[in-house]
Amino acid sequence: MRGGVSLRYGVLVLLAVMVLVPFAGIILAALHPPGSQLNGLSIPDQWSWENFTLAWERGNMTALMRSSLLIAAFVVPLSVVLATLAGYGLAILRVWGHRTLSFGFVMGLTLPMELIVVALYFNLREVGLTNSYVGIILAEAALFMPFGVYWMQTHFSSVPEELVEAARIDGARDLVVLARVLVPISWPAITTLSVLYLMWSWNQFMLVLVMMQDPDRRTAPSGLGLFVGEHTTDIPLLAAACLIVIAPIVVVYLLFQRSFVSGITQGAIKG
Amino acid sequence: MARELTSSVSPPRAAEARDGGRAAPGHARPPHWRGRRARGWFYVLPALAVYLGFAIWPALNTLRLSLLTWDGILPPTWAGLDNYVEIFQDSALYEAILHSLVLIIFFSFIPICVGLLMTALLMGKVRRGMTFFRVVFFLPQVLPLVAVGITWRWLYSDSGVVNQFLDAVGLGAITRAWLGDYQLALIALGLIGTWVMSGLCMMLFLAGAQKIDSSLYEAAKLDGAGAFRQFRHVTLPGVRREITVAGVITTIAALASFDLVFVTTNGGPAGQTNVPGLLVYRLAFNEGDIGGASALAVVLTVIVVAVVSAVRYFTREDES
Repeated sequence: MRGGVSLRYGVLVLLAVMVLVPFAGIILAALHPPGSQLNGLSIPDQWSWENFTLAWERGNMTALMRSSLLIAAFVVPLSVVLATLAGYGLAILRVWGHRTLSFGFVMGLTLPMELIVVALYFNLREVGLTNSYVGIILAEAALFMPFGVYWMQTHFSSVPEELVEAARIDGARDLVVLARVLVPISWPAITTLSVLYLMWSWNQFMLVLVMMQDPDRRTAPSGLGLFVGEHTTDIPLLAAACLIVIAPIVVVYLLFQRSFVSGITQGAIKG
Repeated sequence: MARELTSSVSPPRAAEARDGGRAAPGHARPPHWRGRRARGWFYVLPALAVYLGFAIWPALNTLRLSLLTWDGILPPTWAGLDNYVEIFQDSALYEAILHSLVLIIFFSFIPICVGLLMTALLMGKVRRGMTFFRVVFFLPQVLPLVAVGITWRWLYSDSGVVNQFLDAVGLGAITRAWLGDYQLALIALGLIGTWVMSGLCMMLFLAGAQKIDSSLYEAAKLDGAGAFRQFRHVTLPGVRREITVAGVITTIAALASFDLVFVTTNGGPAGQTNVPGLLVYRLAFNEGDIGGASALAVVLTVIVVAVVSAVRYFTREDES
C-alpha cells in the first residue's frame, strides 16, 4: 500500500514538472541579460531585471495594457448584464418561443470564430466600426453571449420555484424579482461568469488582430503576437514580454481559482 | 455551489414542471404577472440583438461571401460554388483540413487520456497537496495562447529546453529545431495543445467524479476490486458525460485553432502546419481572396458540426 501511495505522488510530481517547466523556462530566460544567447534551462550568471522595463517600453505595453483593460471593463459588465437579463427572460419569465431562443443561443457555442470574423470585418468596415473599441466590445459581447445566456438560464432554472412565486404573490414586478430576489442569491454564478468573461476578453487574439489596425489600441496578447515578429531572436526580451502579458490573468486565476474551475466545469457539463 | 448546480434538474425538465404547475386551475395570479411571457421579450431582446447583429448576421454574410469572387475593394462578382470546388482542388487547402483533423489526436484524444490519469491520481480521500496539483494542472488553460506559443517556440528551438533534456538523457542524436522539422512540426505543435488541454479535461472529469455515489466504491471494494478496477468499472462509466463534453470542447479547439499556429510556425515549414483558421485569415486579410476565405470558413464550420456530432454519438449513453 505504501508503494502505491509513493507511486501516485511520483506520477503527480512528474506531471506537475511537465506543466511547470515551460514557466520555469521563460522566467529564467527573462532574468538573463538582454540579448544574451540561451541554452535551455540555465541559471543566469548575473540576474537582470532590465528585460521587463525594456519589453514594457519597446512593446508599447502602457498602451496595450490600457486597451486591454478598457475593453475588458466594458465587455465584462455589458455581457454579464445582458446574459443575466436574457437568462431571466428565458428561464423564469418563459417568453414565447423560449425553447427556440435557447436552442439558437446554444447553437452559437459551436460556431468557430473563423466563420464570423471574415464578414464581421467587412460589415463593421461599412459602418465605420473597425479600428474602434466599440466594434471590438460589441463583437466580443456577441461571441460570449451563447455561453453567458446558457449559463444564467441554467442557473436560474435551478432556483427553487417557491422563491420566485413568493415574490410574485407579494406583488413584485419582474425587474424587482430579478434585482431583489434572484441576483442576490446568484452572486456565485455571476462571479464565475464575470471571471470567465474577463479571461476570454483578455486572451482574445484573432478578433483584435483583424479588427484593430492601430498598434496603439491593440490588446496585450495581440500586441505580443506582433512583438514576436519584430524581436524573434532576443529570447530574454520576448520572455519578459510574455510574462508581462500573462501576469494579470495568472493573478486573477489564483485569486478566483474556485470560480474559474466551477465556471468551466459546470458551464460545460450542462451542455 | 458546484453541488447545487449539478444536482439541479436540467432546464427542459424544469420547464415542463413549471408549465404544468401553472396549468392547475384556480390559481390566482397578480394581474401584472400575466403578460410576462410577452414582456419577457424586453429582457431577452438586448442580448438577442447583440448576438444576432455581431455573430449571426456576420456568419450568414460569410455564407453569402463564399459564393462571390471579391478582393474586398472592387465590386464583387458571382462565383457560385467555384470557391468550394477550389478547396478540394488546391492541395494547400485540403491539406490544412487534414492537419486540423490530425490535431484532434493531440488536442482531444491524448488530453482526455492524460486527464483521466490525473483524475485517477487525484481522486479519493483528500490528501495533502491535491489542491496544489489541481491548480497547477489547470494553469495552462488560463493563459493567452499567444504567450503559450511564444514560450514553446523557444522550448522547441535548437538551443531550447527540449533538446537540452534529450541531450541530458543521451538522446543527443535526435535533437533538432522541432517546429522547423518537415515531418515532425505538426506533432510538435499538437503536443503544445496536449500541454494546454489536459488540465481542462482533468477539471471536467473531477467535477463528474465528485457526483459518483460513494457506495458504488464501497460495493466494488467488497467485491475485491483494486484501485485500477474501481476506476475502470465505477469512475469511468461515471464520467462518461464529462468525457463527451471534454471531447466536444477540445475538438472545436483543435479544428478552429489559430492563435497557437500563428505565433509558433505560421503554417511552416513548407505548409506542413497550415490549418484552416490560418488560411482563412491569410486569404481574407493578406491575399484579398474574400470568397475563398469565406468558403473555407464555411467548410470548417461544417466539419466542426459533423465531428462534434460524431463525438456526441460515439460517447452517448446507451438508451436501453
